[in-house]
Amino acid sequence: MLINDPLSNNIEKKATRDGYGQALADLGEKNSKLVVLDADLSNSTKTSTFAKKYPERFFNFGVAEQNMLGHAAGLASTGLIPATSSFAMFATGRAWEVLRNSIAYPKLNVKIAGTHAGITLGEDGASHQIIEDIAITRCIPEMTVLVPADYWQAYNAVFAAVEKNGPVYIRLGRPGIDMIYDKETPFEIGKANIIQEGEKIAFFSTGIMVSESWKAARLLEQKNGIRPWVVDFHTIKPIDIETIINISKKVEKIYTFEEHNIHGGFGSAVSEILSENNPVKLKRIGILDSFGQSGKINELMDYYGLSSKKLFEKVVSEK
Amino acid sequence: MMAEANKEDIFAANKHTEIINNIKKKDKNEITHQEISVIANQIRRYIVEMVHLANSGHPGGALGLADIYATLYFKILNHNPNDYKWDERDRLILSNGHVCAVRYAAMAVAGYFNEKELSSFRTLGSKFQGHPSTRYLPELENSSGSLGQGLSFASGTALGLKQQKNNARVYVCISDGECQEGMTWEAAMAASHYKLDNLTAFVDYNKIQIDGWTDKVMSLGDLGKKFESFGWNTIEADGHDIKQIENAFNKTKEISGKPSVILFNTILGKGVSFMENNPAWHGSPPNKEDRDKALDELNSLF
Repeated sequence: MLINDPLSNNIEKKATRDGYGQALADLGEKNSKLVVLDADLSNSTKTSTFAKKYPERFFNFGVAEQNMLGHAAGLASTGLIPATSSFAMFATGRAWEVLRNSIAYPKLNVKIAGTHAGITLGEDGASHQIIEDIAITRCIPEMTVLVPADYWQAYNAVFAAVEKNGPVYIRLGRPGIDMIYDKETPFEIGKANIIQEGEKIAFFSTGIMVSESWKAARLLEQKNGIRPWVVDFHTIKPIDIETIINISKKVEKIYTFEEHNIHGGFGSAVSEILSENNPVKLKRIGILDSFGQSGKINELMDYYGLSSKKLFEKVVSEK
Repeated sequence: MMAEANKEDIFAANKHTEIINNIKKKDKNEITHQEISVIANQIRRYIVEMVHLANSGHPGGALGLADIYATLYFKILNHNPNDYKWDERDRLILSNGHVCAVRYAAMAVAGYFNEKELSSFRTLGSKFQGHPSTRYLPELENSSGSLGQGLSFASGTALGLKQQKNNARVYVCISDGECQEGMTWEAAMAASHYKLDNLTAFVDYNKIQIDGWTDKVMSLGDLGKKFESFGWNTIEADGHDIKQIENAFNKTKEISGKPSVILFNTILGKGVSFMENNPAWHGSPPNKEDRDKALDELNSLF
């Protein structure tokens, strides 16, 4: 871990999409098979660094996400490792059927990065704020789905994804968020990271909600004397069944936190495991089946009840 | 005649396979156009039987492509049935996956697998899925079925080969109906942008799709001009004239700086008179009587 106190005022912030861009640029030297594809958003998806460093291995497809994924499938069939890059809305939503039929079904070695996921895309509003991507990627057979919690985890997730043979979706965000891990923090696909042990209740989180829920947990400990477990599920699929069941046996209630619709996302994945194995009480916290809207990131996080302050209030009121 | 087809075990070694085996002994350059037609006829017999046995599938387009596939496997492609992963092999990509019976049959005749295996077409666990899948048949280059994705795949493959300085060519079979999918044109734009002269697309231009004549369902306009305006080299040829088919493919090898497309004018159901140009045979299997009739017609061509 990089930090001990999630409530500290001087935590450095960096976006997970920056971790993606940096990882590609660094991987470029190590792995000559890596090629990067973009669909006219290379400055936003942060692939421009790779593009400048390795122009012969960077391919822009213009505003045509399905075509980009289709080309990635073909490139992968020649032994290259394509990393496709676009906003999560278009990478998974617009191009879903290409992802399903041209990439996942033939099990091709393509990495799909979706940046600007969730409501924290901010001012652009609901047309771009995808809150369905976890649901629509995890339901594809054999897909790996990663949702990094901060910059270095995103960086390491990209390395792990490239290391792994087969399609991997990586959900990334637009804004700078708290850097809670350091570069050396181990990242293993499918293995949840226990940030703190606790008692009675557990906070299971993914992506940007890891640091928010950790903050809420600290508030709860300070103000109410309750110390929840805080666990980072950076891998939605394959989900860490063992950790879910183990912790469920030690607590009375589990909360899941995600910047995603509560239908079909991370909370749903946890509930599937719990209800089949050890049905403890579960509360899914996320977007409550509504579309997002324009606004500043902090305003949106408060409005949709996802900021640490709102999480804290919610948990206290639930008890 | 009827009795002959009635009893025939199509996939067994017989007088037809003997003829084919003698052709296969020849060097690629020595195989005559007439012999390619004989191979195409054998492929057609297999198609009819496969679709009949499965009692489902798409005979029309498959029959219409038999001459082109016979020419590809026996005249054009640089390939090795004993080493399907050979790095230098030309890639034949099938986009309109529903016509896969022609590909399975052509590959069997070319020696990729035993003809007898074709009888499992469309059955549980078969290598020969209803739409082609590399999971079940790794000898294929791609999985398809959902229309309009193959040209992107092929263009990506051509880009990947070029990037790795591999001189193999990429051939991709697309249908005219598929040109109604927007993604086909996204791919056409990209292949031209990246100057993929190692890519040859060919259109099964039979002017028929599942709901009827293409002009009635959704007019394609001037397909050749459309590809040309996207920066492609365009050739039009008769998809049942072996000489024209061979020449068209060979011409595309000489083009540099841009991809090529061949519009092969074809007849849906070619070789089986009652299926020819009849949209009803796009996706319906022949029953026993139709199968016998079809085989009798095809047998008479040997």
